[in-house]
Amino acid sequence: MNHLGTNFYEAVSVILFGIGFMNLLLQNNLIKKFIGLNIMDTAVYLFLAAKGYIWGRVAPILTDGIVDASYYVNPIPAGLVLTGIVVSVSVTAFSLALVQRLYMHYGTLNMDEIMKISREEEGE
Amino acid sequence: MEHINWIHNIPFFSIFLAMLCGIITALVKNGRLAFKIHSIMVFIIFVMSVILLISVVKNNEIFTFMMGHFPAPWGNELRAGPLEALMAVTFSIVMLLTVSGGSEFIFKDVVPEKQPLYFIMLNALFGAMLALVYTNDIFTAYVFIEINTIASCALIMAKGTPQSMVGTTHYLVISLLGSGLFLLGVCILYSITGHLLFPQMKEAILEIIKTEQYRLPLLVVTGFMFIGIAIKSALFPFHSMLPGAYHSAIPTSSGILSGLVLKSYIILGIKLIYCVFSAEVMHTLKITEVLFVFGLAGMVMGSVYAMRERKMKRMLAYSSVAQIGYIYMGIGMGSRVGMTAACFHILAHAITKTLLFLCCGSFVEDSGGKEKIYHMRGAALRNPLAGIGYTVGALSMIGIPLLAGFISKIYFATASVYSSGKMAAVLIILGVSMVLNALYFLPSVIAIWTPEKGVEMKPVSSVSPLFAVSIVGFILLNFVLGVCYRPITRIIQMSIELLAQ
Repeated sequence: MNHLGTNFYEAVSVILFGIGFMNLLLQNNLIKKFIGLNIMDTAVYLFLAAKGYIWGRVAPILTDGIVDASYYVNPIPAGLVLTGIVVSVSVTAFSLALVQRLYMHYGTLNMDEIMKISREEEGE
Repeated sequence: MEHINWIHNIPFFSIFLAMLCGIITALVKNGRLAFKIHSIMVFIIFVMSVILLISVVKNNEIFTFMMGHFPAPWGNELRAGPLEALMAVTFSIVMLLTVSGGSEFIFKDVVPEKQPLYFIMLNALFGAMLALVYTNDIFTAYVFIEINTIASCALIMAKGTPQSMVGTTHYLVISLLGSGLFLLGVCILYSITGHLLFPQMKEAILEIIKTEQYRLPLLVVTGFMFIGIAIKSALFPFHSMLPGAYHSAIPTSSGILSGLVLKSYIILGIKLIYCVFSAEVMHTLKITEVLFVFGLAGMVMGSVYAMRERKMKRMLAYSSVAQIGYIYMGIGMGSRVGMTAACFHILAHAITKTLLFLCCGSFVEDSGGKEKIYHMRGAALRNPLAGIGYTVGALSMIGIPLLAGFISKIYFATASVYSSGKMAAVLIILGVSMVLNALYFLPSVIAIWTPEKGVEMKPVSSVSPLFAVSIVGFILLNFVLGVCYRPITRIIQMSIELLAQ
């Protein structure tokens, strides 16, 4: 229990990750599915941001002429978060474009119905 | 000294060239020109990779290449040894033959305005696969996994039919689940080791195992990352994305996705096993055992699913699931001989499955878009070259001597002797799986050579010369791997010795 208190942010982010993961896996509505993807990715950024922050230190931007590393937080997780955001934005854009085309053809966002119609079309 | 420096630039230059060609192709409006740019790029990379392979094999070395100006614990690195160079050579030769042989499918099935975009995606995919092979940094690996995912989805979708959109959605969702798990694994691993580069992580992990601190998080992380990789490479219970996607995509895309893209994730997995977690840690955490069991299950279940399938392309997709099972079984044996067999099977499957997909695409085209094996009767008589290609590919998958698939099965069987307690399981499942392979491949081979009653079989008037060259090339490669396999396995053994150091 003690560990859960100290690692509060990490615990929350892993729970969020689980929510997003299950949403992406099980949700039938395609838009909600990809919202699940975004929850999952954001949870990972929360995890990284929480890991990178060191209590009482400032952002690693050189302003007051202090070059001592112990004055700043770790910049690498922030860099990873940025890269991750770029990746997740492009994946989201791609999937939304795909969902739009599916909607235009099948007239529904429900994955089960789309599969059903698609199987019927294929069976002809 | 100058000379050595030049060769060390090859890994970076290959990735850079592939990405650069993607950008140049964006300016091109004509599909044929984009195809030429792509082929020239892949050919240049093929030549460079051969030079790299000869050099690293001669010097018996693995070298790292520093990207940017920050040295080891902080910067980004590429790393190349015999395994990486061998895989780059295979990837480029298979890519070259598949795209040139399948170029007719691309020009026929993709709308003309979108053809250059198709080649942009091919270039990006090729660059990403090379980066996955060469990288020495785990976050770079994650980024390129995502590039790989998006590019493969675009390749499946290129046909533009509703079916292909459904296939793409399925593929995209499952792939994203895999890369999400991999990303979480990377983040937790970073937080317990404090590094992103493979060698530094390995030191930290050995320390963790020694001190017993963070042992549980390490187990969880390894689980996340390998489940992620298993999902991406369609190991048995996670294979549901393959049939729909390969069935609806154009044959060129299916060939590349099955032959190369799945393999690039497995090679990343092999590099993680040796360069990050080290074989002993994998063994203590029992991850290899889990992969072994799933591999065995995949070998049987993939073939069982394939037997039930009426459509040829879906059958080939399920057969890929079985073959991926073979590779994971080799990895799961946990010995270097097992790994050698797995690596050889990666090569054998890459050259065989692409050949099968190309020939199958050509049969479907000749029979006017009908896809069931039932409709393919006499297809080989109409198009003898594709028929011979399909037959050779099928026999190689079954494991007939003189062909590549036979050698990998021999190596799997031999490797089982060296892993105690697994020998019986490997030999029994290998036998069962080979019989099942024969049971679903032979009927399709017989079907394509049997003429349909009452219908006169006329040979197709023209086979495109590029298609002919590519099919002949694949058949020859199959025989080369099946007969002169010694030098290749020697390179693989050497590279695994080097990786495991």
